[in-house]
Amino acid sequence: MSFATLEELGEYLVRTLDPDLSAYEMEHGQLVVQARRGAIVKVLTFLRDDANCHFQQLMDLFGVDYPEREERFEVLYQMLSLKHNQRVRVKVQTDEETPVPSVAGVYPSATWYEREAWDMYGVFFSDNPDLRRILTDYGFEGHPLRKDFPLTGYVEVRYDDEQKRVVYEPVKLTQDFRTFDFLSPWEGMTREILPGDEKAKGAS
Amino acid sequence: MTDSVVEAADIKPYTLNWGPQHPAAHGVLRLILELDGEVVTRADPHIGLLHRGTEKLIEYKTYLQAVPYFDRLDYVAPMNQEHAYALAVEKLLGIEVPERGQYIRVLFSEITRILNHLLNLTSFALDVGAITPPLWGFEEREKLMEFYERVSGARLHCAYFRPGGVHQDMPAGLADDIWAYSERFPQIVEDLDELLTENRIWKQRTVDIGVVSAEQALAWAFSGPMLRASNVAWDLRKAQPYDVYDRMDFDVPVGLTGDCYARYLVRMEEMRQSNRIIRQCLQEMPKEGPVKVNDRKVAPPPRAEMKRSMEALIHHFKLYTEGYHVPAGQYYGVVEAPKGEFGVHIVSDGTNKPYRCRLRGPGFAHLQALDQMARGHMLADVSALIGAIDVVFGDIDR
Repeated sequence: MSFATLEELGEYLVRTLDPDLSAYEMEHGQLVVQARRGAIVKVLTFLRDDANCHFQQLMDLFGVDYPEREERFEVLYQMLSLKHNQRVRVKVQTDEETPVPSVAGVYPSATWYEREAWDMYGVFFSDNPDLRRILTDYGFEGHPLRKDFPLTGYVEVRYDDEQKRVVYEPVKLTQDFRTFDFLSPWEGMTREILPGDEKAKGAS
Repeated sequence: MTDSVVEAADIKPYTLNWGPQHPAAHGVLRLILELDGEVVTRADPHIGLLHRGTEKLIEYKTYLQAVPYFDRLDYVAPMNQEHAYALAVEKLLGIEVPERGQYIRVLFSEITRILNHLLNLTSFALDVGAITPPLWGFEEREKLMEFYERVSGARLHCAYFRPGGVHQDMPAGLADDIWAYSERFPQIVEDLDELLTENRIWKQRTVDIGVVSAEQALAWAFSGPMLRASNVAWDLRKAQPYDVYDRMDFDVPVGLTGDCYARYLVRMEEMRQSNRIIRQCLQEMPKEGPVKVNDRKVAPPPRAEMKRSMEALIHHFKLYTEGYHVPAGQYYGVVEAPKGEFGVHIVSDGTNKPYRCRLRGPGFAHLQALDQMARGHMLADVSALIGAIDVVFGDIDR
């Protein structure tokens, strides 16, 4: 059995998994569900095994950083059901300290994705069998995709001819890093009425 | 005395460091192999040597400036990746590409697929000792890249598919030349087929190597030819069609055995099917019409108009400095890239730059399963496996 629309699937999930899966929303035709962090393994196991879901594939797992929130990280799981041809996105929130239970036991593909999320954001996944850094350099410090990590990084490498090896040095920019803020003082194309236009309307 | 002999025989496994500069590593793969004699007991891929921080860089670029980064992910299939990005941004902007633009995108997506498979299959053959296929295949790639150059101005990093359509219309005569090429192309696949398919050495090196069952392929998040070779009939072009793929008539090949040979066969057949799609596109495509949305807030005005219209000039200036603002929201845009499911997840906060742009490359999941696939095989089979997985480090390391 499958649900014709994703809304029905969302309602079914909230009905059966509450309180572990508290809410669903539709975003541009895609189903997004909010799961409780501690119950993520249970939720994903249900999504994989339940006859109405059959999300056999965990296609992606990644973090998003919102520094202004109390729990700054959001971890998103992209699930795909080949049987019902449906996708669902599960999200959980966490902060720098609180670990998220690893789903590597449910989906082996999660192992590397969790390693990447750990490397990029510093989100800790408990019980991951192999939580090493994956993409950054050996001995790298920091989590580069965090919003407070500078785009230029902290160190740069060059080959030192005297020492006959590659050396790490603090970043020296020959030109200041330039970033353009298009949000103020001109709102540009986001604003419907330009300042002063309201007078023209009143006059006519 | 005998005791010490027994003790000495208990040797630790031999650890071999393969790469990162190895001709069969297809780039910068560093592989730590634990060997028992010549049998692999564990493979630990160390990736990230090509990590350029694309996701971070995109957060600091406007939506249009982010397009060229997609060419540099999987640099063998640039247009498919731009396609995923364009689809995601278009969805968030709520715009629809004109019909001719959609046909051009499908046409070039399939040319890209052939480009990718030609490179993969022939260099795969080279990895296991056949020199002729790459010599033949690369010549054809050159011809196809000429089409790339004529349509976008660049052979590789084309930045041609942009949110809202394609950058410019195809030049006069290109459609006829692609048509003429598509008539010759089946013979090229036949030639490759004759070189490899029944070749005894080729079969000895690929049959029963790296067998992955359908259940394992699903659990390891395989997609594309890797999944289909394990006998799962799943193709996003059929299952979740985008642009005009729903009008195309093509078959999805599946492999029965899930080994490297099945992956080779699936890719060979995909090239033939891609050629069919190319021909259908050329036949059905509207002969003229717009190729990008007629919305000056997203797509720039034509050059000629800018010479006369002040408004067009302002639009052009604003688009290439500030760019367009994308309404807040999230969308996961996905395409069937030659290697599998390539997804772009955009988190927009309503400004002119993406808040977060997640890139899901198919190779990452495939390489992860290398450990499982390589265990119990000989050292020489690892290069066959890497060839069959179709690793390109651009999209694994990002």
